[in-house]
This record gives sequence, structure tokens and C-alpha cells, in this order.
Amino acid sequence: MTDLARIRNFCIIAHIDHGKSTLADRFLQLTGAVAERDMRHQLLDTMDLERERGITIKANAVRLDYTATNGARYALNLIDTPGHVDFSYEVSRSLAAAEGAILVVDATQGIEAQTLANAYLAIENGLDIIPVVNKIDLPAAEPDQVADQIVGVIGGSGDDVLRVSAKTGAGVPELLEAIVARLPAPTADVTGPLRALVFDSYYDPYRGVVCHVRVVDGTLARGDQILYMATAETATADEVGTLTPSPSPGGRLGAGEVGYVISGIKEIDLIRVGDTITHAGRGAVTALAGYREPKPMVFSGLFPTEGDDFERLREALEKLRLNDSALVYQAETSRALGFGFRCGFLGLLHMEIVRERLEREYDLDLVATAPSVEYRANLTEGSVLDVRSPQDLPDPVRLTSVSEPMVRVMILTPTEFVGTVMELVRLRRGEMGDMTYLGPERVELHYRIPLAEVVFDFFDQLKSRTRGYASLDYEPSGYQEADLVKVEILLNGTPVDAFSTIVHRSRAFNYGRAMVDRLRQLIPRQLFDIPVQAAIGPRVIARETIKAKRKDVIAKCYGGDITRKRKLLEKQKAGKRRMKMVGNVEVPQEAFISALRIDE
Amino acid sequence: MSNPWPNHSPSPVAELAVPSPDDPVLADAAAGWRSAYVHIPFCRRRCPYCDFAVVAGDEWARRSDDPTDRYVDAVVGEIAMEEPWGPLDAVNLGGGTPTALSADQLGRVLDAVAERFGIAPGAEVSIEANPEDWDQNAWADLVAIGFTRVSLGVQSFDPVVLAALGRSHHPKMAAAAVAGARRVGLGSVSLDLIYGSEAETPASWAATVATALRLDPDHLSGYALTVERGTELSRRVGAGLAAAPDPDHQADAYELLLAAATAAGLVHYEVSNFATPGHPCRYNMATWAQGEYLGFGLGAHGHGSGVRTRNLRRLDAYLDAVEQGRRPRAGAETQPAWGREQERLILGLRRRAGVVAGAIGDTLERSHKGRRLTAAGVLARHHDRLVVARPLLTDEVSRAVLSLSADDC
Ligand SMILES: Nc1nc2c(ncn2[C@@H]2O[C@H](COP(=O)(O)OP(=O)(O)OP(=O)(O)O)[C@@H](O)[C@H]2O)c(=O)[nH]1
Ligand SMILES: C[S@@+](CC[C@H](N)C(=O)[O-])C[C@H]1O[C@@H](n2cnc3c(N)ncnc32)[C@H](O)[C@@H]1O
Ligand code: SF4
Ligand SMILES: [Mg+2]
Repeated sequence: MTDLARIRNFCIIAHIDHGKSTLADRFLQLTGAVAERDMRHQLLDTMDLERERGITIKANAVRLDYTATNGARYALNLIDTPGHVDFSYEVSRSLAAAEGAILVVDATQGIEAQTLANAYLAIENGLDIIPVVNKIDLPAAEPDQVADQIVGVIGGSGDDVLRVSAKTGAGVPELLEAIVARLPAPTADVTGPLRALVFDSYYDPYRGVVCHVRVVDGTLARGDQILYMATAETATADEVGTLTPSPSPGGRLGAGEVGYVISGIKEIDLIRVGDTITHAGRGAVTALAGYREPKPMVFSGLFPTEGDDFERLREALEKLRLNDSALVYQAETSRALGFGFRCGFLGLLHMEIVRERLEREYDLDLVATAPSVEYRANLTEGSVLDVRSPQDLPDPVRLTSVSEPMVRVMILTPTEFVGTVMELVRLRRGEMGDMTYLGPERVELHYRIPLAEVVFDFFDQLKSRTRGYASLDYEPSGYQEADLVKVEILLNGTPVDAFSTIVHRSRAFNYGRAMVDRLRQLIPRQLFDIPVQAAIGPRVIARETIKAKRKDVIAKCYGGDITRKRKLLEKQKAGKRRMKMVGNVEVPQEAFISALRIDE
Repeated sequence: MSNPWPNHSPSPVAELAVPSPDDPVLADAAAGWRSAYVHIPFCRRRCPYCDFAVVAGDEWARRSDDPTDRYVDAVVGEIAMEEPWGPLDAVNLGGGTPTALSADQLGRVLDAVAERFGIAPGAEVSIEANPEDWDQNAWADLVAIGFTRVSLGVQSFDPVVLAALGRSHHPKMAAAAVAGARRVGLGSVSLDLIYGSEAETPASWAATVATALRLDPDHLSGYALTVERGTELSRRVGAGLAAAPDPDHQADAYELLLAAATAAGLVHYEVSNFATPGHPCRYNMATWAQGEYLGFGLGAHGHGSGVRTRNLRRLDAYLDAVEQGRRPRAGAETQPAWGREQERLILGLRRRAGVVAGAIGDTLERSHKGRRLTAAGVLARHHDRLVVARPLLTDEVSRAVLSLSADDC
């Protein structure tokens, strides 16, 4: 157990790609946590998806043993966080387990939207911040200007801003010293009743639920009878230890320390991220503050291609939710797709990642329906209905109006792009708010825009119109009435709820047209003509026909080679397996994924 | 079951009321016919779309040791290794280009077949020929050594299409070859056409069909150009240098051919084949009826006692095997009973006569896919038989047959 004064708990926060995980690599190396031969880039990004995409998705905690230049040994608990806006919930959870934050800013990019968002989050949580300019090895680096920008946002002086290269390691030893010197040690009631915050968890098929905890008060030791306060579940702490980064079962975690506990729990719903662990019987009276439930921004239905997999999908969602507490879901039934779940996500990337994780980690084949935001239907009889799926939107005669969720958007851009950003916002039905200059070349713009206009491809549009220089952050900002309609897509006369959507009337035609065109290309020709229609109520707004297939035969002389012909047919047959029957139409699973990728 | 082509009748055509090529009784009787296929792989050069077992001229003609004699010896040797079986109702020399061999060499092959198995009187003895090989004396010799039928690789009567297909003959040669074949006494003349190549237009295809029909062939095969893996065509398509055949254009071409050939009195009896009464290709009929056949030569396939065999496809390997007294087999496949039933349907349904449904056919009709196919007018029942009413969609039915399982029966 470590003396409180020798502990430093901190997060690394930044805008996406500014070098958090690479900086963590240097820390791991300099403190000898990882042997030279085991070192690899962004070592803490262990998920396949993280490595493939080169981004961090999950926050990762690791304990480092650091001997400072004054000769004293420190335990540094570091949490590397993701930078993408969809995963900001990971950041806020991590902040609650730390006293300090290293705010990393790319010396070639300067301050971007999540730099600000995450810096404010850290300040709100009362964390001390060490600002760091990274990538000073790059020729385009402008460390002094960037340091000035940072000072402009968080105050202090330019001398407080450290300059490092996470790539070459330059400045990193000084940063380690600064962590020890400038960040506070945790304060705690060392001998008081145990209170440990569960800030993350995952399901291990052999060991059950593994909780990552920050011990706030008291001591947690192997063999302790513990109580999960939110669910009042008691269990024995079978294993207690630190993450170095692999689990190292030291048997004890003292006040102020960060580590993990395994208590043999296999019933997933007994564990909640944000819960407080205490001792059974002689425990704490009040739980720690916990977390605000994240608010899902987009909803989409997830359906197994094989109907039999519904139960497996339920189990997979339960387990995944342990490791991704921003995921919400409830069972739903689709006429076209059968039984599945309506899931809520923090954004489209989050949605994509969840679907991929379910498919890879739980070996499922899934179909996802068109993502939608949560609308509010104001009914004639006076009540208000939450509409998470186009299916749930009542008939127009029962509606007085429909409201849509709004977001307050903050865009950071070089001044030269202000005009083009305004134009984009206007196209997206946005209302102009304030505009703040962060120096002569950078401006912070505020708008109020319908979430539905932001969440899908706004970011891509913004990036392409500003040559990659603008960044954005957003937060919910109430509801507003709008002229919204449900566009239904009909295959052979049958509405396919998976493709239906609620959109602003001005977008209905484009959505319908694009969808109908895509489906015509994605659905293979079949034995009969298949009309593909987009409709608002009874009114058809776009129509295409998938012409019946005319030729499907090997009309060639094969001589006596019957075996070969049979093999060819077998191969074609196998290629047809990933099809979902929608009414009497065979729809390839691919179509559900590709058709919904609609750009302007 | 009665055999309308009795083996020992000198001329079935003369003695029997000649059944139509699409007659179900005839189609089923073909299962009992005995036939043999001999592959002659030599060609001047390889056509860009061809993936048959071919030894192209530019690979062997300049060699000092002309391999054709050695090859004929090997084929004769392979024939001698086979158990006696016969007499044969159909013998087919295919290729490659069998007419690349001299009449003398071809005679040695036929003699070996006749000696080992016997050839029934009135049997079909057929040879594939390329029009540019037409030669009065050589073809007269073909008749003398016993050939009764020739199948001409005409492909098209449009010089532009022929050139695009990489064929070396001029359309006029094809007409001359047909006339010549009749003159020398080849009793049954068949033409092969290919449709759907990039160079073809609807008009040029219509003209090709009209020209072919004016020549009054006894038999006509119309094949949809197929892009086979490993061919030059496939490389060109892959590289974007050539367009893959458009299935709708091929369907148009097919329908035009069907209408024109039928109007000209030919009977459509299999997906790609037409014939006048008395002239359906017996060797092929036996294949579609799941009959047994012997296969000799490079890459040849055989079928007997529930086993499908295939020969080595590399010339040296083939020659070495036979010369060392071994069967030149590359592989053999014994089919389980269920697989044989699936195959019986798949093969039989290619014929306009269809196939006896049996338990598997009943299962097919009851299956989800079968009901869809029936509803779409693709699959139909005539008494105890199943037929494919829209031949261009035959493979949809074949795949439905393959997705049935024995337990469903
Ligand atoms: N030249 C140079 N490149 C760097 C430096 N630090 C990071 N990079 C590169 O910047 C890219 C992003 O680095 P990461 O460490 O993955 O960034 P991150 O902040 O963890 O990104 P997210 O977790 O996705 O938000 C990678 O290609 C790194 O190699 C640096 O100091 N110099
Ligand atoms: C066994 S082949 C060879 C016969 C002869 N050597 C010739 O080419 O004329 C018989 C017929 O198959 C057809 N054929 C060959 N390759 C084809 C392909 N890739 N697609 C369609 N038909 C093909 C041609 O019509 C050819 O005449
Ligand atoms: S002539 Fe016939 S067998 Fe020879 S290469 Fe051409 S298509 Fe193939
Ligand atoms: Mg990272």
C-alpha cells in the first residue's frame, strides 16, 4: 500500500489524434512498466478496433512506478482517454478517478474543439491541469503560438506549458517531474470506511465481472466481504490488484489508489459503472456521487440476421454494456427484421463501434436500421410521446406537432473559413449564436442546430469545407417544433421499417430519392419485378424498379465435366446465404449497412 | 423402358417413327445409352475465352517432336486399359480441335474404340471441327473411317465478332464447310454459335442466326459467352479492357435464337441446343440423362458405377502416365445416393423434356424456394415430371435443388 503523498492520479486528455496514447507509451517506457521488446505503438489501445482505426475508444488505466529525481518513489495512476466526441463519456468517468489532467495539444493543429470541451470538463471536476504542447519534432510545429492559445483558455503563464514530443520522447522526463511536483496527492480518509468508485468494468468469461476502481477512502483487500451499494449485492473480493498494464494481483488497494477487483460475480446486472463499493456490514453510509447517466443522441435497431440469435444478442448487449456504460437498449420488434433491440448511442462512430464489437467479440451477424434521433410527438389528446423509432410516430391525424432535439454547437475554425461554416450551418437549419476570437486567426462560433442535422455527416462536411481545420463539439439544448415527416420505404409494396426515417420536410425528397436509388443497386434482381418506393403517408415521392432477372444459367458446353458445374452452383448458393427475407424479397445484409450511408 | 435408338438397327431413322428431340421417352431412354468421349487437345492457338484442355499450336508446332503421334498412341493405350463395355451408341471426338489430326491418326483412334468396345450399327460417331479445317479429301476420309456427324465451331457469321472472339476463319469458310460436310456424306451437321460478346450487336446476332438457319443445319448449339477464370478474356475483363457480357443482352439474344430456330423447324430440346427429329446429340443426351460414358484423352471425364472420373490435364503428365502403363487419372469422385439424386434433377432439368420428379422433385416443389419458383412460372409439373418452363433461369432451380437436404424427403 502506498503512502498518499506518493500517489498521483491523472488523466491524459486532448482532442482526437493529438498524441495521448503515444505519450502514454513514453511514460510506460521511461518508468520501465513495459520491457523494450514488448513495446509497440499506442500500447494501451489493445482492442482490435482501436488498432485498426488508430484511435482510442476505451479509456485505459495503468499504474506506473516512478522514481523521481529527488530519489522518492511514486505510484502514478494514469488514465489514457479517447479524444473523439462520441466517447467523451469515457473522459468524464476517468476524470472522477483523478486529481490531475495532462492537457495535450498538437503543436501543428493548435487548440481544437475537444481540447476546449475536455479542458472545461477537467476544470469543472476540480482537476489541476498540466498543459502540454506535443509533436514539437514536426517542422510545422508552432509551440509558442499554441502555448499562447492554451494560456488564453485555461489561464496561467506560457512558462507553465511544457513542450514535448511523444514520438521522440523529448521533454517527457521533465513532464514526469512536473506531474510529481505540480499535481496534488489525493486526499482521503485513510482509516475510514471503504468507499471505492467503480469507473469501468468488463466481463471476463472465466472470472466474471472485473471492476476498475478508484479507492477514495479506506482500504480494499483480498478476502474482504464487499457490498455494491447501488444493487445491495454482497460478494467476496477474490482478487484485488493494480493494472501495470496487465493485471497484477497485489492483494490490496489503499486510499487514493487505482486498480481492479474481481468478486466472482457473473450476474451482470448486479454491477453498475458509477457504483460505490464498500465493506459489507461495517461499510460507508453514503455512496460516492457516481455518474450522470449519459444521454444517447442517436438510436438504431440492431437485429440478428438469424432470428435464433436474439437471445445471444441480448446476452452480448448485457456484457458489452458493462464495458460501455453509454450504451442503452430495449427490445423491439420490426415487421421486416423480426426481434431485436432499439439501441441508443452517443453518436454514429459509437454506433458503428458497438455493432462491430458485438459482431466480433460475440460472433454475431447483425443488421442495423437507419439511425434516428429521439423526437417528441405532441398528441391531440394533450400528451407527449417520445419517438425513438420512426415506427413509433403516430398517424398524422393524432398529432398536433412534432419537436426535434436541438444541440448547442461550438465550432473552432481559422477565421478564413467563417463564411463557409456559416453557409453550412444555414443549410442545416442552424441559428447563429456568439462568436469569440481566440487570437487573430482562430474563432469560436456558437450555434443552435437540430441534432439530426449535426449527428450524421455534419462533421465530414465541416472538415471537407475547411480543409480539415475546423473542429466541433456539441451538447443537448432542448427541443423545438419543426415540420417533420416520416418517409417510408416500400419494397414490393411492403413498408420496410428498417429504412424508414423521420426527416424535415425539406429533406424528404432527397432522402427518398437517395434511398430508392441505393436499394435498386444493392438488391439483386429476383424472379419478379420489385418496385422500390419512397412515400410520405400515401404519397409516393420516389420510385424505381428492380427488374426481374432474365438470365441465370450456364448456357455453355461443359462436356462431361458435371462435377465442376455442380461446384460452381454450390459456390453461388453459398454466396446467397447472407440474405434476409423482407416480405417475399431477398435483401442482402450488406444492403442494410450500405443503404443507410447516405451523404449529401 | 423402350429404347427408341435400338443399338443394332442399321438405321433407326428409317425404321421407327422418329421421336421429337424433346420427347420425354427419348430423353429418359438416353440414360441407358453407352457412349465414349475422346479428347483431342490440339488447337492452332488458344481462343481468348477458352478454358478447355488445350495444347495450343504455338506451344507445340515448332517443336521438333510433333506430339500428335505420341498422343494418339497414348489414347490408344488408354483405351486398351479400359474394361470391355459396349457396343457404343455414341462416340464423340471433341477438343480442342480433333481435325488438327490427320485422317490416319483419327482412324487409329476410332479403330481402337471399335475394337475394344464395338460401335453399334447406326451409332452416332461425331467429331468437332473448325471451319478453317474444311478440306474435301480429308473430310471424305472422315466418312470413310466411320464418322457420321460433324459439329462445326462456327461461332458467328459476322467477321467483326469472329475477330473479337479471336477466331481465325472467315464467315464464308463456315458456309463452305457446311456444304462440304454434306457433300462428303456426313449425315448430321451441327453448328456452334456464341452470343453476347462485346463486339456483337442485336442486328449482327440476328444476321448470324438467319445465316445459320439458311444453311439448314440438323443441329444447332447457341452458347452464351461465359467468362471463365484463367482465360485471357477474364484477365481483360478484370483489367477493365473488356466488358463482361451483359446478361440482359444475352437474354435478348437467346430469345431471338429461340424464336428463329423454332420458326425454322428446329426443336429446342436443351437450354442451349436445337435439333431436327433424329438429330439430337446422343452423347449429350446420355450425359443429361445421367447415363454412363467413357472418357479418354487429356482432361477427359468419365462416368460409371456412380463414380465420376477426370483425367490429367497436363500433356506431359498424361503421356508419362499412359506410357508407364498407369491410368492417367487426376481424380475420381464417388457420389452418395442423395448427391446422385440432386444431380439427376440438375442435369435432367436442362432438357425441355424435364425429368421424372421422384421423391426429391416432390420435396423441391414443396420447399420454400420451390414454391417461389413455381409461382414465378419457372418450375412446372407435367404429370410425373418436373420441367423448367423458363430455361434461362435453370440455375435458380439447380441451386434450389442443391439446398434441399435428404432429411426433407
Ligand atoms: N511526429 C509526431 N507524431 C506524433 C507525436 N505524438 C503522436 N504522434 C502521432 O499522431 C498520431 C495520433 O497519435 P495517438 O497517440 O494515437 O493520438 P491520441 O490522442 O491517442 O488519439 P485518440 O486516442 O484517437 O484521441 C499517431 O500517428 C502518432 O504516431 C509526436 O510527438 N510527434
Ligand atoms: C468443346 S468447344 C471446342 C470446339 C472447337 N474447338 C471450336 O472452338 O470451335 C465447343 C464449343 O463450346 C463453345 N465455347 C467454348 N468456350 C466458350 C465460352 N467461354 N463461352 C461460351 N461458349 C464457349 C464454342 O461454341 C465451341 O464451339
Ligand atoms: S479452337 Fe476451340 S478448343 Fe481450341 S482454343 Fe479455340 S475454343 Fe478452345
Ligand atoms: Mg489514443
